[in-house]
Amino acid sequence: MPDLYGEAMRFLTAIALTWMTAAAGAFATPGQPTDGNLGFQPAVTPIMERINEFHNLLLWIIIPITIFVMGLLLWVMIRYNRKANPTPSKNSHNTLLEVVWTAVPILILVVIAVFSFPLLYFQDEIPEADFTIKATGYQWYWGYEYPDQDVPEYISTMVAEEDLAEGQLRNLSVDYPLVVPVGATVRLQVTAADVIHNWAMPAFGTKMDAIPGRINEAWFQVNEEGTYYGQCSELCGIRHAFMPIEVHAVSQDVFDAWVAAGPGSDEANAVIAEYSAARETRLAQLD
Amino acid sequence: MSADAATHDDHTPSMWDWRRWVFSTNHKDIGTMYLLFAIFAGIIGGGLSGLMRWELAEPGLQVFNNGFWGNEHNYNVATTMHGLIMIFFMVMPAMIGGFGNWFVPLMIGAPDMAFPRMNNISFWLLPFAFILAVMSMFVPGAGGDMGFGGGWVLYPPLSTSGHNGPAMDLLILSLHIAGVSSILGSINFITTIFNMRAPGMTIHKMPLFVWSVLVTVFLLLLSLPVLAGALTMLLTDRNFGTAFFAPEGGGDPVMYQHLFWFFGHPEVYILILPGFGIISHIVSTFSRKPIFGYLGMAYAMVAIGFIGFIVWAHHMYTVGMPVDLKAYFVAATMVIAVPTGIKIFSWIATMWGGSIEFRTPMMWAIGFIFLFTVGGVTGVVLANAGVDQALHDTYYVVAHFHYVLSLGAVFAIFAGWYYWFEKIFGVKYNSLFARLQFLFFFVGANIIFFPQHFLGLQGMPRRYVDYADGHAFWNMVSSWGYVVMLIGMAFFFLVLIDAIIRRRKADANPWGEGATTLEWTLSSPPPFHQFSELPKIK
Ligand SMILES: [Cu+2]
Repeated sequence: MPDLYGEAMRFLTAIALTWMTAAAGAFATPGQPTDGNLGFQPAVTPIMERINEFHNLLLWIIIPITIFVMGLLLWVMIRYNRKANPTPSKNSHNTLLEVVWTAVPILILVVIAVFSFPLLYFQDEIPEADFTIKATGYQWYWGYEYPDQDVPEYISTMVAEEDLAEGQLRNLSVDYPLVVPVGATVRLQVTAADVIHNWAMPAFGTKMDAIPGRINEAWFQVNEEGTYYGQCSELCGIRHAFMPIEVHAVSQDVFDAWVAAGPGSDEANAVIAEYSAARETRLAQLD
Repeated sequence: MSADAATHDDHTPSMWDWRRWVFSTNHKDIGTMYLLFAIFAGIIGGGLSGLMRWELAEPGLQVFNNGFWGNEHNYNVATTMHGLIMIFFMVMPAMIGGFGNWFVPLMIGAPDMAFPRMNNISFWLLPFAFILAVMSMFVPGAGGDMGFGGGWVLYPPLSTSGHNGPAMDLLILSLHIAGVSSILGSINFITTIFNMRAPGMTIHKMPLFVWSVLVTVFLLLLSLPVLAGALTMLLTDRNFGTAFFAPEGGGDPVMYQHLFWFFGHPEVYILILPGFGIISHIVSTFSRKPIFGYLGMAYAMVAIGFIGFIVWAHHMYTVGMPVDLKAYFVAATMVIAVPTGIKIFSWIATMWGGSIEFRTPMMWAIGFIFLFTVGGVTGVVLANAGVDQALHDTYYVVAHFHYVLSLGAVFAIFAGWYYWFEKIFGVKYNSLFARLQFLFFFVGANIIFFPQHFLGLQGMPRRYVDYADGHAFWNMVSSWGYVVMLIGMAFFFLVLIDAIIRRRKADANPWGEGATTLEWTLSSPPPFHQFSELPKIK
């Protein structure tokens, strides 16, 4: 490795910068990973909000358990090392203790289950949907179809690094994104044409295998306008890392205009681009 | 080989006589070969992970950029082969073939394994399986690209129509042979443990390492045939026009996943259970106390083995299973935390009230207990299908299973290595180097794998040759951790070189009164054939 010193300094600077930004109040752009962050991306659907809450509960359980075990280990290492305790006890049974460390974990698991199952059923049972999107995984791009709007399948491919426009993200932006109205309940049908892919969107809490010969269903309802990025999450060959997913959540009338312009065309993209630009101006005014 | 040699049982053949190794029927020689084989395979498997961390050190393509190391497909080959090699050719040979062969007969007071010749073929199948696996990296896999890059799980259709070249066929053959090797070994261990225990050693007096191997080989015996069946169906789907897993012919790719994980989940317990046994002995020895709750420890392993067979679909929460089925697998999976908790707490209770000496193996064992706890609690998180929907196939999963395997199983292997080193090789090792190895491993492995939890939570998918720029920082940290671990590895080789050069004669029992199992009653190394008069167990 060339220039070890430079690398090391870059590393230390990066650490310092990260902790400073973390201390200054964690910022994160919704819909995409933020460098150095420690937790989930901000949630923008009811499913992801609930995943987030449940995961926070789990953290309150697993972190104390880990600290407890670490504390016990440190305690026995200090209190019962050969210097501190030259003659070992011969005690190798304690029925009460054994019952306790069997029963208490069971109770903790029951608590976890009580919160886990409602989340699971909430994710899995698809509510009355406003419309359906069909996503098909191909090696190595996605095809999207809106049967209820009579939008035929159009192809969504990653933008190559050299073609990235201002504001587009490397390995995440696509040429023709998926567009949904904010607040609409969308039924997502996922399948694949060649090998298994997976349609995953971290900010939505959606992750569904796209399997040839099957149609899997998921749902989401995006609460906030914005642009959200996800990536194929089942190994599908050489360009597995390069078939991202981009979703724009827009107002209903923009969505209608987009549908009218013919998704998968430059005209439709122009509708979205104009809208995004307007939104940025609007947001700037709000600040 | 003269008749004379056969009658003088205590005569140890020269280690430079190739027939001693190639024709070996001696459990200790075969165990040593397994251990050396595991080290060799581990170097290759670890080297592959080095290429991966190098590639991921920063955004963009550094290594697999159509240069010397090939393209993005070759990255997938590296991840695939790293997994397969570490599982089938490093951890399993070290734990079961190496320590199992060496110490199961010694600990139960048996002169050798039940089927010494079968033991020979169990070992010698393995190098050929390994050669086939390595060969697969250099023949066409997908299109014109070399090797199989479909992940160690070998999911179809990527492993059938997705990889049309012969690489995948070689890999199937390799795993078939490795599987035969393991099944033969399992039969050998079961027969040995059931029939060759010294007088007085009832099943409830067996050392915990023997218990752990017994449970492990039962898991192997019951799960490997299912893998063999699935692999054979892949083979016929690929070559003979069947459509077990091809939807266009009425087959189902998800069926393969069920079959694979029916093997694959027990397999992860196969990798860790012998480690549980090793850690129990080390903790007891260096605390100078009998193991706390012996029966609970033994039956916790039986319970883990049993439950291990009924939780497989928690690897498949996103394939579109019915929700009630997912709910069942959530509940069953979480139950495993109970016997695992019993083991962790019993180890700590063994130390409690003890007189703990921090010799090299004990450091590895304590490191194991802590890191395995971390891997265990993230396992509870992943068991919940609701959260797993966010974490499935992300780096969170990679972090989780490396905490239980790379930091769990591997730490247990090194704990056992330094616990039994003198017994096996008859020479002492430099404990300063061995401790430094522990230090660098402990720090390095945590730097590699802890940040991967953050990457997973931020949504970075696994098996990605290049990632979004928002994942750059923790990936860089993780790659630096690899460098730290590499320094630890250097100390491992220093220990070996130092031991070979100095050849300090080992003691029969270097650990004192805490070491109570039968192997410590023998010289170091033990005689070529031991227990020609069976020991009596009180
Ligand atoms: Cu894909």
